[in-house]
Amino acid sequence: MTKLRVNNRIMDIDAGPDTPLLWVLRDHLGMTGTKFGCGMALCGACTVHLDGAAVRSCVLPLSALEGKAVTTIEGLSPDRSHAVQKAWLEIDVPQCGYCQSGQIMSAAALLGGNPNPSDADIDAAMSGNLCRCGTYPRIRKAIHRAAELQRAPAQIRDGAQK
Amino acid sequence: MTRVPAELTRRGFLSAAAGAGGTVVLALTLPGFGGREKPGASTGGQLNAWLAISADNSFTVIVDRSEMGQGVYTALPMLLAEELEIPVDAIKVVAAPVGDAYINPLNGGQVTGTSNSVQDAWDKLRIAGAQARTMLIFAAAERWRADPNTCRVENGWIYGPGGKAVSYGEVAGAAAKVPVPKDVKLKPKDRFRIIGKSRLRIDSAGKVDGSAEFGIDIKLPRMLHGALAQCPVLGGKVSSLDAAAAEAMPGVRKVLVAAGGVVVVADHFWQAIQARKALKITWDAGKNARLDNAAIRALLENAAKSDPGLSARAEGDAAAALKSARQSLHAVYELPLLAHATMEPMNCTADVKRDGCDLYVGTQVQQLAQAAAATAAGLEPSQVRVFTTLLGGGFGRRLDVDFIPAAVEASKAVGAPVKVIWTREDDMTHDTYRPPAREEVSGAWDAGGNLIAWKLHITSPSITARASPSVTDPFDSVVEYAVKYPYAVPNFALTYSRQEIGIDVGYMRSVSHAPNCFVIESFMDELAVAAGKNPVDFRVGLLKAKPRHARVLRTAAQRAGWGRPVGRRFQGVAFMEGYTTHMAQVAEISVDAGILKVHKITCVVDCGQMVNPRIVESQIESGIVFGLSAALWGEVTIVAGQVQQTNFNSYRLVRGNEMPELDVLLLESDEPPGGIGEPSVALVAPAICNAIFAATGRRLRTLPIAGALLKS
Repeated sequence: MTKLRVNNRIMDIDAGPDTPLLWVLRDHLGMTGTKFGCGMALCGACTVHLDGAAVRSCVLPLSALEGKAVTTIEGLSPDRSHAVQKAWLEIDVPQCGYCQSGQIMSAAALLGGNPNPSDADIDAAMSGNLCRCGTYPRIRKAIHRAAELQRAPAQIRDGAQK
Repeated sequence: MTRVPAELTRRGFLSAAAGAGGTVVLALTLPGFGGREKPGASTGGQLNAWLAISADNSFTVIVDRSEMGQGVYTALPMLLAEELEIPVDAIKVVAAPVGDAYINPLNGGQVTGTSNSVQDAWDKLRIAGAQARTMLIFAAAERWRADPNTCRVENGWIYGPGGKAVSYGEVAGAAAKVPVPKDVKLKPKDRFRIIGKSRLRIDSAGKVDGSAEFGIDIKLPRMLHGALAQCPVLGGKVSSLDAAAAEAMPGVRKVLVAAGGVVVVADHFWQAIQARKALKITWDAGKNARLDNAAIRALLENAAKSDPGLSARAEGDAAAALKSARQSLHAVYELPLLAHATMEPMNCTADVKRDGCDLYVGTQVQQLAQAAAATAAGLEPSQVRVFTTLLGGGFGRRLDVDFIPAAVEASKAVGAPVKVIWTREDDMTHDTYRPPAREEVSGAWDAGGNLIAWKLHITSPSITARASPSVTDPFDSVVEYAVKYPYAVPNFALTYSRQEIGIDVGYMRSVSHAPNCFVIESFMDELAVAAGKNPVDFRVGLLKAKPRHARVLRTAAQRAGWGRPVGRRFQGVAFMEGYTTHMAQVAEISVDAGILKVHKITCVVDCGQMVNPRIVESQIESGIVFGLSAALWGEVTIVAGQVQQTNFNSYRLVRGNEMPELDVLLLESDEPPGGIGEPSVALVAPAICNAIFAATGRRLRTLPIAGALLKS
């Protein structure tokens, strides 16, 4: 048994120590929002937060995670209210949607450490996340929009009434 | 590979289209919904094959095309909502089961492909909405003993004389029993409230919170997980199997030889993957043991030289015109094998029971999936229920059903639901690849620089033949766009030589359009340069009888600042009329010290009447990115029958930081709707290669560009 904190809940995991976090989440915990794309940290579909940082869960063995805090797409917000999720909906980013959990987790980690990312910052933070549908232009727009929402949430949400 | 009747294949559209004629028949026998979703709960009513209304006035639209990113779960309900007069936000979408009502006559089956979902649904779903509205009004009028003509509808409510009002839901049960009206009048365009207006997709919520259910996400009680070991050599078979070591590994329940290889069934997928490594399999490599790219290339070249080919289109006498012309050009173009590389690898979940099988799968072909599962389970197709999930990308890969039988056989063997997932490596090395092609092209022009002859000979394996072995006509899916060559030329010859290469090839987004458009638009550029003409003017001059074509091309040139590129950049242009959509692209590039940079792609689109311009724009962008990956790096190579590309490090795709600026302009148009999922893919490679010629004087006649530049 390995103790893991996932989305602020302590979980006891009965899986082999070499089992990647991705499959622990998907098969053992039934949390399928985190996606399998490549198994080699090449596509970013499996991106989650480990102690706040974006990591590729497909190459992280359970044995390395004892006592760590994991946040998945399911735990980013209870109601799609995270600035990144709101921006994603507003800009209508997803197409097939398969890579979007990973895109959103990478974008959320970026904005967590950099509230006002430049295009170059976005390039650097997001280049590990592939999208075969080519939603890249809207992802860029949505990250800038999420930064705005994060900076002045009340004003923007209320339609800048003041 | 399961053999399927020709009428069930995408290719069927060539013969079926003529008979389609826009006639619409509402299904009178409604297909059985079972298990997961029951639209139109008992208190409400199912008014036709696409619509159920619950007593609480919630609306379920049954969408009979697979959602793979192209937006059918939004666009198709919008069509129905326009006539039904309901708010789009109130619609819940469920995937249609297998059913005759859901056949797309343009494709000859229940098929999502050929970018024609909206074209097929355009009349069908508007009529279904109008008929349902009429039936609801009739039921309300009957309840009120009023004349239906005195009733009106708004936002899912019916209003009658004397201030009476009733929701659709309250009369849905009665309305379902009203005879279906034969003649309904559809709104003219100037009364559209929904169609043509950009609106957010209705399938996004689950895609931003992780709850969207793709095939790979299916969870069933008692479900086990399977990994499939396939012969590394394409087409090879299991010769012998020693599963003892694998069977002893943690969680393993069963190892079986099944369609396509050996399935390891375990409690969890990771256990199945680990145990798969412990299998001792001797493979019979079969006929492809020595297949490689040089052999494929030689096969195509020999066939191109020895076989005159079947005539797919002929006008005038191209051979004679070429012979007598004072000036002519001849060139050979070659296209590589490509992989679909959907982000969601192939997978299928099957639950075989004594008297039936439930199949949970992301598929573009529900009937073929059903047939494949039935064969694998030893059941009748009618005993297989297909639950279509969201597709994590389709691009034509999920028009094949090769990933279905192993899951069915495994489920039958263990007596429990089994989900078989392909790893990325499985997916990349066992695709049904976009076929390679050799295209030999000649053109001639007169003293005035006018094009007088065009001759194209395409040699390629057939895409159509695997599904329809009896088809031997020249109109294969690999030549479709070449047949539609849009420019005016008095002497024209298009021939096709079918040359198989020993491996399965399949439909890939923009099917014939990508290879054919690359050759046509590149060679048009060669001809323009040789005739001393501006590539835009040269094309426009040959489109005099086609004002819609010319308008798109001129607009693109204008918007991109044709002839006035910024700094040390160079431009290239391409035009295409495909999937009834007219499109032109201008690529702006630079080449510095041999390094290509694509700065910007301008794309002007006339796709006729749009349903949701916001989705149209995203699809155009999507196709450009897809085409850009293929143009720059797309190539599958084979050594000793084994595909060398295994993952995204060896099959490179465009990443966000590598994106050029995209400028998409959608033209307003009153023409009927055209397709938008595929066309923009095809113009990217020729537009960029024409720009590379402008920059360097080097004409690239093979793809991918990266490989072609290296070969200098």
